[in-house]
Amino acid sequence: MNLTLKVWRQVNPTVKGKMVTYHVTDVSPDMSFLEMLDVLNEQLILDNDDPIAFDHDCREGICGSCGLMINGIAHGPQQTTTCQLHMRSFSDGDVIDIEPWRSGGFPVVKDLVVDRSSFDRIIAVGGYISAPTGTAPEAHSVPVPKQDSDAAFDAATCIDCGACVAACPNGSSMLFTAAKVAHLGLMPQGQPERDTRVLKMVAQQDAENFGGCTNIGECSAVCPKGISMETISRLNHDLLGALRAGAVPAS
Amino acid sequence: MSRVTSRSSVCHVGRGRTFAAVATVTQQPAQRGAPNTGRFSSSVVKKAVMAVSGIIMILYLIAHMIGNLKAFSGAESFNEYSGWIRTIGEPAVPTQTVLWIIRLVLLASVVAHFWAAYSLWAQARRARPVAYVTKKRVQQSFASRTLRWGGTIILLFIIWHILDLTVGAVNPAGGDTTPYERLIASFSNIPITLFYVVSMLLLGLHLRHGIWSAMQSLGQTNRRRERSVNALAYVVATVLTAGFLLVPLSIAFGLID
Ligand code: HEM
Ligand code: SF4
Ligand code: FES
Repeated sequence: MNLTLKVWRQVNPTVKGKMVTYHVTDVSPDMSFLEMLDVLNEQLILDNDDPIAFDHDCREGICGSCGLMINGIAHGPQQTTTCQLHMRSFSDGDVIDIEPWRSGGFPVVKDLVVDRSSFDRIIAVGGYISAPTGTAPEAHSVPVPKQDSDAAFDAATCIDCGACVAACPNGSSMLFTAAKVAHLGLMPQGQPERDTRVLKMVAQQDAENFGGCTNIGECSAVCPKGISMETISRLNHDLLGALRAGAVPAS
Repeated sequence: MSRVTSRSSVCHVGRGRTFAAVATVTQQPAQRGAPNTGRFSSSVVKKAVMAVSGIIMILYLIAHMIGNLKAFSGAESFNEYSGWIRTIGEPAVPTQTVLWIIRLVLLASVVAHFWAAYSLWAQARRARPVAYVTKKRVQQSFASRTLRWGGTIILLFIIWHILDLTVGAVNPAGGDTTPYERLIASFSNIPITLFYVVSMLLLGLHLRHGIWSAMQSLGQTNRRRERSVNALAYVVATVLTAGFLLVPLSIAFGLID
């Protein structure tokens, strides 16, 4: 199939970018979206043009690098990662708009690549547990209720892709932060830092120029891992509980 | 748990004709602003402030709506009700004490609600400095998108409403009248009635999303309760909107005079 792509091109963080139109021909429906971009890039290189910069790594839906805004929807028409999106989701002659994630917390590095180190900093302030070093304890020595372990596992599937931020009308990273808070806060091992974790992580996300959550739900609808809105409620519950318990947000 | 590594290590950044010229860069994370540690600077706490102040206003509105329905039992009953609000608690407390307590609580709620709304609005603007060229809605509701502008119009409505029916300053019949006369004068006027109707519809939308959002902000929702919380939001929003529209529309259509 033949496609028209309108791609955001931006040389560097300081120069204003714009949409540039490209044509790709002979696209196989079995290609992934990233492979289709690879084809375009090879063509651009042959034409002595600058290839389009985009993030990718595993190409199997687990690393979360490949975020793209495709036709106005984070990761495109399927609720999956861009690398797992196949060209059979499009039809011959389609015009496809491709943009980077847009948020104050995700400044554009080049073209479609954004700097997501803000996520790393949110994780760094609270996304850990304190565990003694040495031999791993017997796993069954700390029982975890099945319900909690299931919910913690669901939250732990978040791959830090940032689609939630990209889709949110407020540019909020709440779903991501909530997934981290729920993941650790539901486990017995995560209890010592539970109160300070939620306070610090929320303070950090506010400082990173992400917006506040207004419970609109666009995030969950595009999350490739289907992290639910319930997770955000859990974060709110934890944070208010931490304040009631007198935990101090300061580090 | 997620790895704490620097992102964007695998990206093509560079201008070149061969892949050999494609560079791999590792961005050094730059700290963007130190986290603010004050309680009320947290976006989640601001949402809780919004939720609590919103719920206080809703409780008041339920009582207010029921009171308004007195208009159906005639001028005397309505004016009597209006007088009663001013004398609750007498003679234990001076006239209007309870009324002023209610007014102050409501004023505090409106101010807190507006402060939180405005500050989250500003934060959301910083969070999306460059707009998308193309952005589609996947599931958001109309109600959730109209909270901010709808809320602003509701604020203007509240101010006008007090000047109109409480103070009488902008009332067609003037301030030196009974509450019932002011009521009839306002809603015999088509533009005023229309403004009232639009504001109430916006209030209905505001509450449709607001009630669900408030429960979520206070951490009270979960997958099991999702349907009942949404149902509650629909019912309260519809009952309040319909209840508030009943009196003005009845006057406008001549059912009450
Ligand atoms: C003074 C004018 C008002 C403004 C400017 C305003 C604005 C807003 C905004 C922007 C939100 C969304 C908050 C967010 O999700 O970030 C909101 C939520 C809400 N509003 Fe209002 N509003 C106003 C009046 C009212 C009134 C009169 C009521 C109740 C009768 C009300 C009840 C609520 C509730 C319950 C919420 C949900 C709180 C939450 O999400 O936690 N608001 N308001
Ligand atoms: S919550 Fe979902 S959309 Fe957000 S970063 Fe995690 S996996 Fe991506
Ligand atoms: S490249 Fe790893 S998730 Fe898409």
